Amino acid sequence: MTIHPVILWTDALIFALLAAVLVLVWLIRRQEHLRAPWRVVAQRPMAMGAALVLGVFVSIGLLDSLHYRAQLPDSPADAPQYSVEVLSVFDALVDGLRARQEKTYSAPLAMQLYAKEFVQRDGVTVRDSSRLQHGGAHLAQADARLPDITRRALAGAAQGALASLLVFAGLAVWQARRMQTSPGAWLAAWRGGRLDWPARTVVLMVATMLMLGGVMMQLAAGYHVFGTDKVGQDVLYISLKSIRTGLVIGTLTTLVTLPLAIGFGIAAGYFRGWVDDVIQYVYTVLNSIPGVLLIAAAVLIVQVYIESNPDIFDTAAARADIRLLALCLIMGVTSWTGLARLLRGESLKLRTLDYVEAARAFGVSNARIISRHIFPNVFHLVLIAIVLDFSGLVLAEAVLSYIGVGVDPAMYSWGNMINGARLELAREPVVWWQLGAAFAFMFTLVLAANLFADGVRDAFDPRLGGRR
Amino acid sequence: MKPLLEVRDLVTDIGPARVVDGVSFHVAAGETYALLGESGCGKSMTALSLMRLLPDGGRVSSGAVELGGENVLGLPERDMRRVRGGQMAMIFQEPMLALNPVIKVGEQIGEALALHQNLGGQAAREAARGLLDAVGVPDAVRRLDTYPFELSGGLRQRVMIAMALAGQPRLLIADEPTTALDVTIQAQVLDVLRRLKTERQMGMLLITHDLGVVAENADRVGVMYAGELVEEGGRDTFFASPQHPYSRMLFDALPRPGDGGRLTTIPGQVPPLDGSLVGCRFARRCPFAIARCRDESPDWQTINDQRVRCHLAGTLPARIEREVTAQTTARAAKALLQVEGLKVHFPIRRGLIQRTVGHVRAVDDVALSIQAGRTLALVGESGCGKTTVGKALLRLVEPTAGSIVLGGETITAKNASTLRRQAQMVFQDPFSSLNPRMRVADILLEGMDALGVGAAGERRDAVAQLLNRVGLPDDAGGRYPHAFSGGQRQRIAIARALAVSPRLVICDEPTSALDVSVQAQILNLLKDLQDSLGLAYLFITHNLSVVDYLAHDVAVMYLGRIVEHGAAVAVLRAPRHPYTLALVSAVPRIEAQTGPGIIRLAGDQPSPLNPPDGCHFNPRCPYASEVCRQTYPGQTDLGNGHWVRCHWVAGQV
Amino acid sequence: MLAYILRRLLYAIPILIGVNLLTFTLFFVVNTPDDIARLQLGAKHVTPEAIERWKVEHGYDKPLMLNAAAAGSAQFTDTIFFKHSAAMFVFEFGKGDDGRNIGNEIRTRMGPSLAIALPVFVIGLLVNITFALLMVFFRATYLDLWGVVLCVVLMSISGLFYIIAGQYFIAKLWNLLPISGFAGGIDGIRFILLPVLVGVVAGIGSGSRWYRTIFLEEIGKDYVRTARAKGLGEVRVLFRHVLKNGMIPILTGAVVVLPLLFMGSLITESFFGIPGLGSYTIDAIQAQDFAVVRAMVFLGSFLYIVGLILTDISYSWVDPRVRLQ
Repeated sequence: MTIHPVILWTDALIFALLAAVLVLVWLIRRQEHLRAPWRVVAQRPMAMGAALVLGVFVSIGLLDSLHYRAQLPDSPADAPQYSVEVLSVFDALVDGLRARQEKTYSAPLAMQLYAKEFVQRDGVTVRDSSRLQHGGAHLAQADARLPDITRRALAGAAQGALASLLVFAGLAVWQARRMQTSPGAWLAAWRGGRLDWPARTVVLMVATMLMLGGVMMQLAAGYHVFGTDKVGQDVLYISLKSIRTGLVIGTLTTLVTLPLAIGFGIAAGYFRGWVDDVIQYVYTVLNSIPGVLLIAAAVLIVQVYIESNPDIFDTAAARADIRLLALCLIMGVTSWTGLARLLRGESLKLRTLDYVEAARAFGVSNARIISRHIFPNVFHLVLIAIVLDFSGLVLAEAVLSYIGVGVDPAMYSWGNMINGARLELAREPVVWWQLGAAFAFMFTLVLAANLFADGVRDAFDPRLGGRR
Repeated sequence: MKPLLEVRDLVTDIGPARVVDGVSFHVAAGETYALLGESGCGKSMTALSLMRLLPDGGRVSSGAVELGGENVLGLPERDMRRVRGGQMAMIFQEPMLALNPVIKVGEQIGEALALHQNLGGQAAREAARGLLDAVGVPDAVRRLDTYPFELSGGLRQRVMIAMALAGQPRLLIADEPTTALDVTIQAQVLDVLRRLKTERQMGMLLITHDLGVVAENADRVGVMYAGELVEEGGRDTFFASPQHPYSRMLFDALPRPGDGGRLTTIPGQVPPLDGSLVGCRFARRCPFAIARCRDESPDWQTINDQRVRCHLAGTLPARIEREVTAQTTARAAKALLQVEGLKVHFPIRRGLIQRTVGHVRAVDDVALSIQAGRTLALVGESGCGKTTVGKALLRLVEPTAGSIVLGGETITAKNASTLRRQAQMVFQDPFSSLNPRMRVADILLEGMDALGVGAAGERRDAVAQLLNRVGLPDDAGGRYPHAFSGGQRQRIAIARALAVSPRLVICDEPTSALDVSVQAQILNLLKDLQDSLGLAYLFITHNLSVVDYLAHDVAVMYLGRIVEHGAAVAVLRAPRHPYTLALVSAVPRIEAQTGPGIIRLAGDQPSPLNPPDGCHFNPRCPYASEVCRQTYPGQTDLGNGHWVRCHWVAGQV
Repeated sequence: MLAYILRRLLYAIPILIGVNLLTFTLFFVVNTPDDIARLQLGAKHVTPEAIERWKVEHGYDKPLMLNAAAAGSAQFTDTIFFKHSAAMFVFEFGKGDDGRNIGNEIRTRMGPSLAIALPVFVIGLLVNITFALLMVFFRATYLDLWGVVLCVVLMSISGLFYIIAGQYFIAKLWNLLPISGFAGGIDGIRFILLPVLVGVVAGIGSGSRWYRTIFLEEIGKDYVRTARAKGLGEVRVLFRHVLKNGMIPILTGAVVVLPLLFMGSLITESFFGIPGLGSYTIDAIQAQDFAVVRAMVFLGSFLYIVGLILTDISYSWVDPRVRLQ
């Protein structure tokens, strides 16, 4: 089967961003004063644990950003036709989750539909919930469910534990070779916490995640771990697919914010005078408009544009993607003012410092002063802002989607999940798993991001000076 | 009789660093004990240990502190609060930061009165007013209701002292109480402290780095180095014959009147206090050190009434007085820099449409001239406009009026790059004058690149030569500024200025952020560079002893104008303007004061926003007459290029 | 002082004009009335006549900026810009799609919005400051460390979760308070309690962590050491000296949002069925009622600018060092 790769706008930007981050990492590794604070971050257990969790989320997001369209099975080889459904590498990896659709709601790990209905059983019509097509379909009897779940969970945990032991052993051998000691000596140092990185936390974290992953995989093979939604889709699958949306909003928005904030903020602080007046005017105007309303207006405009130009977009995914991109753009345009104000204040201070005066005494050009003296000395503020903003943006997505001005309703996102499940809360008995899963995933990502941001801020902010 | 304060074997740690190590001394009632030393040697930490006010992570590890027979270190925190402010009080270096900015002065003093004397309401107010009177705050009743930011630096420090006195302490700890103040104000504050000590029979622990302040105020002296006390003795014997090599070198590093030779410098730096230190801590910097010094920490030895921790105590060769070479006074004919009528006015904007309602005349009609290879010192207190003159010369601040002729060429906005190749600047604070994000080599290259000095290919070699010239190692170019100490950073800053081969270097207080021993290194370097490169310096400073050492000519500035100008010897030895007289006599000196009468100035320098009518100096001048209050005096020539602007002097000539 | 306020008010005018022009551009130039009409009518009913009729009904049938057909000053006044944008300067907002006068709606809905937002603001401020002071008092102990971790956890939870969890557990499961609704007078208190509780709890995490940073920064300053050197106890140092200085950034940061409290909270009001401006805005967004959205944009900016001016005034009030000129 051949495939037709699809590169959505956000895919391109995400991989461009990834490339930029890699280049930045390479640059940072060569500069001692840039590397030092990162080393401090790497020594904090909490930050490193959070970084691992973030790493898992980012990997899923990246896999989910490699899109393609599969060839239709009955299309001729010389003129292949492709499905309109845009899939990703991640979809291919969890194909089972995606494909196992039920009729409607079912509870987590259930083997029956949630709602009772009239079914024919032994010639008699009884009111009962019917069996799921996939969840627990391998079981003959209902009372075999609990033992089966226990068995699968234990097996998954064991597999995870085994995998983490292997990883740990590999790590020990590799590290011991690098430090030129025996693995035994390294283990002793590890146990005593005498290594220069939080190895105990990292190993513990990896083991926890591997075991959790093992349990999930075992259970997911036979059940819907988080149940199914109204149209019978696996909630675990939806939650995992939503990761990419959250990451895109958290990162691409910042990408829009940065050039505006850095350019305007530094220019206002450095040049002062009328440049400052104009920039301050612009950001006061932007700031004064309630953000949600500005976003709502802009999203409506995009919607009008999409609806009046349907021929530009060949798939639903492309349409949803352009709306996602537009959301990032408009959120970026409304949120650069905070960072700009911070950078303006800092530039105002820096421009009076003696080293800037010394450069001016040599007649160094403004552009050069800004690029060599101002920007490198406010860079830490930019970095802190990036990591701090990320979690706020992920949370904002949920609220905007709830209001109806967030991502496309057809797109997988935690906001849409919450929005869709909210009305079901009134049902009796309550359908809680969709909300629960969305909140749990969002909480994990945001908490990890916040803890990581804390570590970065402590390491980079000179005012904190290592104080806690 | 038991002394008031007795400190025995005090050891204080902050994290891994042992900042105070086995310090013992005592202070009697009515006595001033001075702790002397350079920055980072543990003086302030000793004081904070006594008060038990160490920063987070700090603790007194062992030792005893007895105040009036009571062991302070053993007290529970609740009782310690009674001691703090009540038995011993402390005043700090920076009165602007040490007072709460949003609480009125009267209330801040009242708090201490309520705590230690149970005074409240009107009684407290009355007592607070009395205290302000006692420390010489004029118009005390009104000052009670002001906030600290409304007061001048000198008044703030007096308020600080009044607050310390509120609990009627028996011991007053003064931590660099006048370091942040101008000399004339310093003299006032030190007078107050001396008077109060005598009146109230307090013991005083004076912490300072300034030998002059010690000489004028202390009864006994202890010298600290790297967390240890290394020498102790009565003031007179200490100043007559310092015994420890470190103390001796501190004396020799000090530029003194009529000096002209090279200063003694102390090589190296204070060792880091977190390592395990073996042997004498000064051994590595000591020219007399023998093998034993490096292995064995010396014990106390007593010589007459002095105590010293040195293996070689008493066997050191007698101190040689430095030869005094007078600055040459021969004048070159042609001026390198000629400035006429320089004015820098900053507009004050007010009201609805931000109309300009007046000007701050930061620099008002200043004329200067400097010959090649010579040094002109521009002297004055903070806020007199001396730094603005320097910046205006380099067009870092746009001058309002005036002509600048450099090397025969009139400088305008158009040929600013000519100016920048010929004149460069060295700044006060070497920590803020070097970009922490740039390598040293790039810092030095910046000027050459911007002004296109030399062929691009040769600039790297030029960097190596520059580093060599200012005495830095060859590999310094590849490192970042944070890898260097204050003195080394100032060398980098000097090298940066020299990179474009200027003929004039404007030095803006280049040594005032440095310790005495490092200051000596920089002054020597500046002198060497002048001799070998024929540089002219405009040396902006408030430190008269440095002027004495380095300058050929002196211009004294007061509120934007030059009030006295002439050869350094003439102006400093025989000052004529009352302000110069006051400045010269306010500097605390090691030697007994001689020369023309001592003038203590009352009050503060007025704001340049609203200078007094007539002679700007008239409200503070002891000789002011009616004419001084009406017209600004013209120039009175005293011969040999020495002139003053003073009606009083004009009347005498 | 008076001249200062006057100047700030004058400065507010160009900003409001900027906001007005921006919204005009967004709603009438980028998105033409034709587009809006099409969006509102739905694909099935779009005919040129229907669009024209819709435009006449909503008063969008005039030229944008310049009415060449009219005479005299009507050339400028009989336009969309004058009727729909410039009119907002005198708080003339026109009618919404439901035919009701927007100005009247705003006036009646302000009260319910304020009834929720004000208690949340005041109680939240007090709770956060208390919590922050406690953490600072126990700084560098485990109590402080876990306090900060708790703050990070609390601020990592979506605001929607607080509302839904509050409604589910407190109202539905335990039946302590009504799940939603609103009533005036004393009787209304039972409706207000839950949204206020949720609002306060949702803000604790970020609020107290921020205040803790402010207080910690103050506590490292020299004047605190002076206060201790006087013999003051830690509690007094904290409450008199540190709090007084720390309140400057806290109060001025709070004042800027004070006028915006009128706007209410979008999410809270819509979940709890409060008939305030927040739910009004949400309904307007969801119904794509542009007249209401435009009015709310203008009102929001106006209140924000009032907040900015109040901030400056409050600065001079709490900080003696600031004198307004």
